[in-house]
Amino acid sequence: MGLAGLVAKRLVQALLVVVGVTLVTFATLHLGGDPTYLYVGEHASAAQITATRVKLGFDLPLTTQYLRFARGLLHADLGDSLTFHQPALGVVLERFPATLELTCTALSLAVVLGVPLGVFAALHRGRPLDGGIMLLALLGQSIPSFWLGILLLLFVGLAWHWLPISGRVPLLDPLFAGDWRTAWTNLPQALPFLVMPSVTIAVFSLARTARLVRSSLLEVLSQDYVRTARAKGLSERRVIVHHALRNAWLPVLTMLGLEFGFLLSGVVVVETVFSWPGVGRLVFNAINHRDIPLVEAAVIVFSLLFVSVNLLVDLLYIRLDPRIRLA
Amino acid sequence: MSGAAEIAAGRALNAGRRARRSLLRAKWPVLALALLLVIGAAALFGPRVAPVDPNRQNLIARLQAPWSLDRRSHRVHWMGTDALGRDVWSRLLYGARISLAVGLVAVLVGGLLGTTLGMLAGYFGGAVDALVMMVADVQLGFPFILLAIMFLLVLGPGVVNLILALGIGQWVTYARIARGQTIAQREKEYVEAARALGQGHAGILVSGILPNILSPLIVIASFNVASVILAEAALSFLGLGVPPTVPSWGGMLAESRDELLAGYWWLALFPGTAIMLTVLSFNILGDWLRDWLDPRLTAVT
Repeated sequence: MGLAGLVAKRLVQALLVVVGVTLVTFATLHLGGDPTYLYVGEHASAAQITATRVKLGFDLPLTTQYLRFARGLLHADLGDSLTFHQPALGVVLERFPATLELTCTALSLAVVLGVPLGVFAALHRGRPLDGGIMLLALLGQSIPSFWLGILLLLFVGLAWHWLPISGRVPLLDPLFAGDWRTAWTNLPQALPFLVMPSVTIAVFSLARTARLVRSSLLEVLSQDYVRTARAKGLSERRVIVHHALRNAWLPVLTMLGLEFGFLLSGVVVVETVFSWPGVGRLVFNAINHRDIPLVEAAVIVFSLLFVSVNLLVDLLYIRLDPRIRLA
Repeated sequence: MSGAAEIAAGRALNAGRRARRSLLRAKWPVLALALLLVIGAAALFGPRVAPVDPNRQNLIARLQAPWSLDRRSHRVHWMGTDALGRDVWSRLLYGARISLAVGLVAVLVGGLLGTTLGMLAGYFGGAVDALVMMVADVQLGFPFILLAIMFLLVLGPGVVNLILALGIGQWVTYARIARGQTIAQREKEYVEAARALGQGHAGILVSGILPNILSPLIVIASFNVASVILAEAALSFLGLGVPPTVPSWGGMLAESRDELLAGYWWLALFPGTAIMLTVLSFNILGDWLRDWLDPRLTAVT
């Protein structure tokens, strides 16, 4: 199959996944039977319930309901939030830059620290340094993120007063509005607020990245072409950088796409701990108020973003992997 | 040095290094297993060991610091008491039940579902395979926690729904591995022989292929219990876990949130440590199982 064919296949697959995501979201909403009861208060009268049911179309056949739901989605209409009394999608998107800011910072931290740590551990395989890094990575993968957040909040924030315990100075909002100057001047004030929440979210991914990079590099280092490169008398540095790392980072790229989705999940709890004004805290409040349309909108927005990121990663992979590109 | 001697020397060196490494490693899995046994014992015998009823409130002895003495019962609350005067140590002992039970049962649910579907997909191929993998791809399109949140909001919280939400979230991993392994086994001679002898599909799958693909699945399951326990704690923290009358570690952390800013650190420290040690033990166990059961998997996780 040619390159174009591969890309086309991947695009169709992504589209099918998006349709699947809408189907699953729709089905989840109807799992407990008539969803009308999720939309009315506990003390709603029979007349109110009937009115809500008719208004939201829950009295129609399921297929019709799904088509209405899908049509609404195409028009960026996911119904109104029960607490905000505004379109749920708008409420979610309004808080989206804050979440994206946190997720991207966390992902950068995971890559910038996780990759060198993994390389370092692999190059010192079996030595105490390797053991130390791997032990830390194991701990990082075992600590509940929100608990780490609480501990940081207690010590770094409350006891030692090194960093602010909550709040945010917007970076991405002005940037999305095209006002990069404000974003730039906000940067120094924004960073202290970003540190604790993004570190908290990043730790698990950082640990996983370090472990993956280590094992990926070790695997590559045992390959014949690395031995050939060494036998040619190339310096160890050149062997590692030009021969080994070049191939070791492809699985890491795929993982980063998945990691992005994982980090998006992590924000829900961590934003709650640090009162970060993003989608995560919004979802937490929506849970407490049983605001189903809002949660639904967040699920769909996050899923669409996740699918797009993974699509992008796969397309990059097709572009970068010489085995595919030159086939 | 001749070739053979060189290889022999290399092997001896390698064996020595391997032995030392396995010794170095064997220390940790043993520790992890011991810890899990203690936690398992707490889950089983917690009610007998716990000094007081974990739900007994004592508003006079609210928010007592660790090692404080209860003047009336002359009992020491060595982990302190919470905002309702409940003994933290007793709640911690009871909480082991929820974490372990939810973690193990959810992984069992997800593992059985995923292995079955994956084996069917790998064995029969064609439309079955396409359908199962399509559903798997869709599920991977969701950030998992968010889907679980929506699921629990619609169906309501509770142990069974929690296990379902977490279990269904896990099946894809097992399905993908079971499918790949089954495809590799499908064409082997022993399967052909069984087929020639007239054994049915179900018999071949269960008694022929399953034992041969089990070890990578067990390795994944150990890591999986760790991540499910973390997910359960996160959902409990968000208020979607078990009801507040059932003590759970995640729930204890959620309750601690309101008291934190006032400096009642013990409410967060103890349940968090319990979660971390349990998860760490399962991760160490997974690492060790992977090295021993299936060295090929090293690159995967």
